[in-house]
Amino acid sequence: MKVLKIIAWIALGALVVIQFFPTDKNESYTTPETDFVLVNKVPSEIENQLMQSCYDCHSNNTVYPWYSKIQPAAWFLEDHIKEGKAELNFNEWDNYSDRRKKSKLRSIIKQIESGEMPLDSYTLIHRDAIFSEKEKEAVLNYMKTLKDDLE
Amino acid sequence: MSTMALAATMILTASCKDGNKEEAAAPMSNEMHQESMDDKDDMPMSDNQDAKAEAILNDYFNLKDALVNDDNGKAKELGNTLAKSLKAFDASNYSDNEQSELKDIIEDATEHAEHIGESDIKHQREHFKILSKDVTDMVAITGTDKKLYEQFCPMYDGGTAWLSTKEEVRNPYYGSQMLKCGKVQREIN
Repeated sequence: MKVLKIIAWIALGALVVIQFFPTDKNESYTTPETDFVLVNKVPSEIENQLMQSCYDCHSNNTVYPWYSKIQPAAWFLEDHIKEGKAELNFNEWDNYSDRRKKSKLRSIIKQIESGEMPLDSYTLIHRDAIFSEKEKEAVLNYMKTLKDDLE
Repeated sequence: MSTMALAATMILTASCKDGNKEEAAAPMSNEMHQESMDDKDDMPMSDNQDAKAEAILNDYFNLKDALVNDDNGKAKELGNTLAKSLKAFDASNYSDNEQSELKDIIEDATEHAEHIGESDIKHQREHFKILSKDVTDMVAITGTDKKLYEQFCPMYDGGTAWLSTKEEVRNPYYGSQMLKCGKVQREIN
């Protein structure tokens, strides 16, 4: 019993301490000219889907949830966003060459098709990020058209 | 009081760790540098540029063989090896046009190789498809001493090609499931 108490205190102490570790925020209030939506003149219903389901981790601007202010959630988010942006940054779209655009589109299509994206850990809280069957089809069709145009 | 002590310990351990990391990283990068310089001297070929392209090709063929053998673990390892060789590629001996094309190819290929280094075999094969296209385009610019066969499997993902040094077909996209599916569609050299 005593041991449990000590462990509880240590855990609590650690939790307090890690609140003071800073994290980098992924926030930007301007959209660069190279943005996917701007470059491709994406129709608004597809744009809304992308903003809601993809842009939090795949652009330079995240709309942070309340728990992002609490550690270790903030670390977890920071990590995901960093990784997400390294894979694909919609804001940087036009900086990718045609070859890489094709590669990215292929991955986008594959991962949405298989349900890998959006991530389960993201949709767990962002329920509105889940694609309905209809939305999924619309986004996939749009991405496929873009890809075919590059072939 | 005990919380304070704990906090201090944690901060201390954290900074110690960082220190160690830096120390460990420094000699490693030296070693790498050394290695790549040695490579330059040891290469028997007159043109150093081609040697780097050949190294990429060799890694690619090893990776292909791992996929033919359905060996996910080996393919991971070889994907990372290939990514390193790709990063070591230096296009400076080529014309401006070729350089930008090569830079683009290498960037794309590196990304796919890195993914192969961390994926299950199904994903590895998806990435290998694009990687094969990249490597084929690279060879079109750099050339090679080897005789290569471009092979084609009409069944995988709407038709997919890859490169091999042997004429007989061993399919990296299906492995043992359909080892001999495909045909030679082009000979290079």
